[in-house]
Amino acid sequence: MSDKDASEINDSAYVAGNGLLDRRLLLKSGLSFAVAGISSTASSASADSASDARPEWMQKPGDAFSNYGKPSSYEEEVVRYPAANSQVDGNGSSWTPLHAMEGMITPNGLHFERHHNGVPQIDPAEHQLLLHGMLDQPSFFTIDDLLRYPMRSQICFLECGGNSNAGFNKRPIGASVGYFHGLASCAEWTGVPLSVVLDEVGVDKKASWLIAEGADAFAMNISIPMEKARDDAILALYQNGERLRPENGYPLRLILPGWEGVMNVKWLRRLTATDGPVMARNETARYTELLPSGKANMFSTVIEAKSLITSPSSGMHMGEPGLYQISGLAWSGRGKVSRVEVSADGGKSWADAALDEPVLSKSFTRFRLPWQWKGTESVLKSRVTDESGYRQPERQELIRKKGRHGFFHYNAIVSWLVASDGEVTHTYDEQKNTESKLPDLDADWD
Amino acid sequence: MMSKKILNLSFLILTLTGINAAAVETALGPKLGRAASAEEIARWEISVMPDGKGLPEGKGTVAEGESVYMSKCLSCHGPKGEGASADQLAFAQMELTDDWPEKTIGSYWPYATTLFDFNRRSMPMQAPGSLTDEETYAVTAYLLYLNGIISENEVMDADSLAKVRMPNRFGFIDVYEQEKTAK
Ligand code: HEC
Repeated sequence: MSDKDASEINDSAYVAGNGLLDRRLLLKSGLSFAVAGISSTASSASADSASDARPEWMQKPGDAFSNYGKPSSYEEEVVRYPAANSQVDGNGSSWTPLHAMEGMITPNGLHFERHHNGVPQIDPAEHQLLLHGMLDQPSFFTIDDLLRYPMRSQICFLECGGNSNAGFNKRPIGASVGYFHGLASCAEWTGVPLSVVLDEVGVDKKASWLIAEGADAFAMNISIPMEKARDDAILALYQNGERLRPENGYPLRLILPGWEGVMNVKWLRRLTATDGPVMARNETARYTELLPSGKANMFSTVIEAKSLITSPSSGMHMGEPGLYQISGLAWSGRGKVSRVEVSADGGKSWADAALDEPVLSKSFTRFRLPWQWKGTESVLKSRVTDESGYRQPERQELIRKKGRHGFFHYNAIVSWLVASDGEVTHTYDEQKNTESKLPDLDADWD
Repeated sequence: MMSKKILNLSFLILTLTGINAAAVETALGPKLGRAASAEEIARWEISVMPDGKGLPEGKGTVAEGESVYMSKCLSCHGPKGEGASADQLAFAQMELTDDWPEKTIGSYWPYATTLFDFNRRSMPMQAPGSLTDEETYAVTAYLLYLNGIISENEVMDADSLAKVRMPNRFGFIDVYEQEKTAK
């Protein structure tokens, strides 16, 4: 039970409808959260374990040291969720379990994956980066060469252009939040600023694009505007302090902060300076967004702002009514998150959430807000505004503008329905918000 | 054996004065690149540009392409590219503005050169890079034929493939360019 019940919280602390509390309460001591908490299974821990004053692991020495640490065996369910082609097991993606995580950093073993034809196991001693095309000095660089260059680090998110696209579905998908929105992760990437290497090889002033190519079986290629390459692109060698994981491009990948995942080419082996894009399959047939007009957006490079509540979220169960902390993630490819608002009444009223420091440009930002859940049916939402002034759209707004068949760049507001029995499910406004004047966009979709 | 690299301390962060008298910060690298010869570059080069630059010598017919397709592509893409475990490659029934639009080579791809580039670099999935240039021209011709873009007797080579005009050539909006001009 919470040791402060609703009657003890001052009325002025309620800043929006249905129990949302002032974010500043998070900083004050004495605010305690519902003990039963939120669980992903219906049953909660039994009470008698607390009676054991000296549990078994305090009665014998613990394990010895290890060369490379692993998560606790009790966390075995916190894993990526792979989904692959039936004939090609390296074609598909694996999803980051955002619903089971906190903070802003994705551990390397949980960073999402998107491969087109598997993970190559590359011997770094045999890997080379070739720069050629419209430049003075075509050159090969070995990994050992690049390790001697000046480096910089940046914490930034990566998001696949296809992330969250089940939002286009007629009915709300029932998956946990990570297995629906988890083609997004955030890590510290360290490597050589691409501009340093470009300066060395003397890129022609007329070269406006770089064609990047990976050393995987797909030989994945894509065009990068030279402006971005010179601005903040990194030839990344390290991920969260250790060398890249094979599934994230070992030994070398391109990092383009804030830009669509597919352009951050893994296993980078070649950069060709050109005066136009190559029109690769992955920038024409795929990773383009078909609009209702029949035309399609191409080179939609920037990831627009998105936010979602990770706890409570789809598949979780609330404990007793009482005080809870709403926690979630927000990010934008255009810079810093400047504001996240949360609603507990399906969007009728909103309250500003607290943002965890540091709030970094093009990075995951963790937001939090205390909520007094009264045990009644509630619809939770979050919406982000970034420093460019862009605000995350409602789902109906996005679909009205972009239609249903864009497939990529779905970034609408996510709604969770908390039932009176505490079960949390994914919902759409059309189903719950009866006051909405907007047409039911799903009506004719069977 | 791993040998610890000695950190090169000659990196300098220089502040250069640009033409507009604006301060440009640039880090100086140790210039370790090894010059790539024209012959080495030619061996690595597999990109084909939309104007046909990069298309190799050789040619292929629709009939030859059908036999390449039957032995190397059918298992995943189904008979006549109608789709199976992998993408449908032809015979779009629905328009791009329909409720269930079908995005195929014929209905969606803006450039035929992309098809050559992609087939040669990425397909077939279980043996990528194994198609000869002739086989690539042939299977590309066959897929263009299935999509009603070329006739049964046309031969694809560097010249003819670069001239193929795709039905959806002007179906795209370049968002990057649009944003740049708006700025
Ligand atoms: C083992 C299965 C397999 C075989 C065999 C195979 N493909 Fe594919 N193909 C795929 C898969 C899977 C994709 C989707 C790749 C992706 O999106 O990451 C694909 C994609 C394609 C595409 C792009 C489709 C689109 O709309 O974007 C083309 C074109 C293609 N294949 C041509 C071929 C040709 C030509 C052959 C034979 C030479 C071939 N494929 C053999 C599995 C296969």
